[in-house]
Order: sequence, then C-alpha cells, then structure tokens
Amino acid sequence: MVPIYYYLILSAILFSIGVGAFLIKRNIISVFMSIELMLNAVNLTFVAFAHHWHQVSGQIFVFFVMVVAAAEAAVGLAIIIAIFRTRATLDVDRIDLMKL
Amino acid sequence: MHLVLFIIFGGLCVAGALNLLFQRHPINAALSLIVVMSSLAVLYLLLGAEFLAAAQVIVYSGAIMVLFTFVIMLLNAGREDRTHGSKAAYLVGIPGAAALFATLVYIFLSYRTQLGGASIGNYLVTTSDLSRVLFRDLLLPFEVTSVLILVAVLGAVVLARKEH
Repeated sequence: MVPIYYYLILSAILFSIGVGAFLIKRNIISVFMSIELMLNAVNLTFVAFAHHWHQVSGQIFVFFVMVVAAAEAAVGLAIIIAIFRTRATLDVDRIDLMKL
Repeated sequence: MHLVLFIIFGGLCVAGALNLLFQRHPINAALSLIVVMSSLAVLYLLLGAEFLAAAQVIVYSGAIMVLFTFVIMLLNAGREDRTHGSKAAYLVGIPGAAALFATLVYIFLSYRTQLGGASIGNYLVTTSDLSRVLFRDLLLPFEVTSVLILVAVLGAVVLARKEH
C-alpha cells in the first residue's frame, strides 16, 4: 500500500520542475513543453484524489484536460510555426514586439 | 509490489523531468517528456484509472509528442543560447519554484493523516463506468469539446498556412 500523499508530493515535484523549466527555458518550444509537464502533474493530482474519494468525476476532469491540451498543442504549435516564418527565430527574448 | 512500482516509475518521472530542465536541445527535452508521460500512464494504472492510462499513452506520448517532435524537426530548432533574460530567470525562477514546491509539500504533509492509502485492485474505474458518466450526465460538455477540437483544427490549419 502506498499512501496517497506520495502521489501528491510526486505531482508537486513535477509541477515545480515544470514551473522552473517554464521560467528558465529560452526556446519557445521548450517553454511550451514545460506547460505540458505542468498539465500532466495536475492530472496526476486529479487521479490520486479520484482514487482517494472513490469518485469518477476526477477522472472525467482529467479526460477533459487531455482533450483541451490536445487542442492547445495543435493551435500553439501552429502559432510557433507562424512566428518562425515571420521572424526566423525561436528565442523568446527576441520575440518581444507584437509588430514586425 | 505497489510501492516498488511506484518508486521505479515515480523515479523515472522525476528523472525525465529533470532531464527536460537541464537539456539545452529541444529534441532531447521532447524525448525526456515522452519518458515522463509514459511513466505517468503506469502510475494512473496503479491508481485504478485504466482508461486514462491508455489515453495518456495514445494522446499524450503518442499524438501530442509526435506533433512536438515534428515541429522541432520542421523548424530545425538548435541549442538555445544563454541571454540576459535567462540570468534574471535563473535568479527568480529557481527560488520561486523551490518556494512553490515547499508550500505544496508542507500542505500535503500536514494533511497526510486524513489521506488514505492506495493499493492495486482496491478501486478500479473501468471504461464502462467512465463512459456511463460521460455519455449520460456530461453529454453536453462532451459534445462541446468535440466542437472545440474542430475549431482548434481549423485554427491550426489557418495559422500554419503559407500566406500568399
């Protein structure tokens, strides 16, 4: 038997690493991947609490998070392609103006 | 058994996430993120979420990460450089993330007596349980997400299209 708070602490570790990577990474694709890491950490928390309360709704929520993350990844990567096409860089420090 | 599996795959999760943090090339970061997501699928299975474990492998480490690696290779993304902005991010980001981690762990540990334990087979949500809730009580949100996916696909095509 594994206590539920082990899972919660694991998801806290993953979320904090995701926050750190989001702030430290300079490549726009890496920044986007750290957002996915944070979403996964929160999903683990949802599944752990769904197990604790014996409720299906936690897992339903994870399902919807996955669907929205898929939509977000598709649109976000299309935006990254559009940014690269107009500026020829992926460095977030050089993408700081809305006009070209 | 459960504890051994948790330690193996939880350790893989943390190792993959740390590798994501320290790799400077995006393709290495993407591959370590696949390790994290696949290990999370095993942890979902340990917590009795069999449908979500399958969906995690198919949707996350399958579809989404293939999209990521495809875009990295399409844009020929190289190693990232250290800039002035990254110095400030190091100074603020690492202590900020550590503070967030400390707060979360403090909260979880202070409630640990009220949280129970998980063992294999104790609680299993089958696909039919999940779909009963999804298609009976939550039919409208489910249909709305399908519209959302349609809009996202159209938006992705419009955004990534070459303008003439």
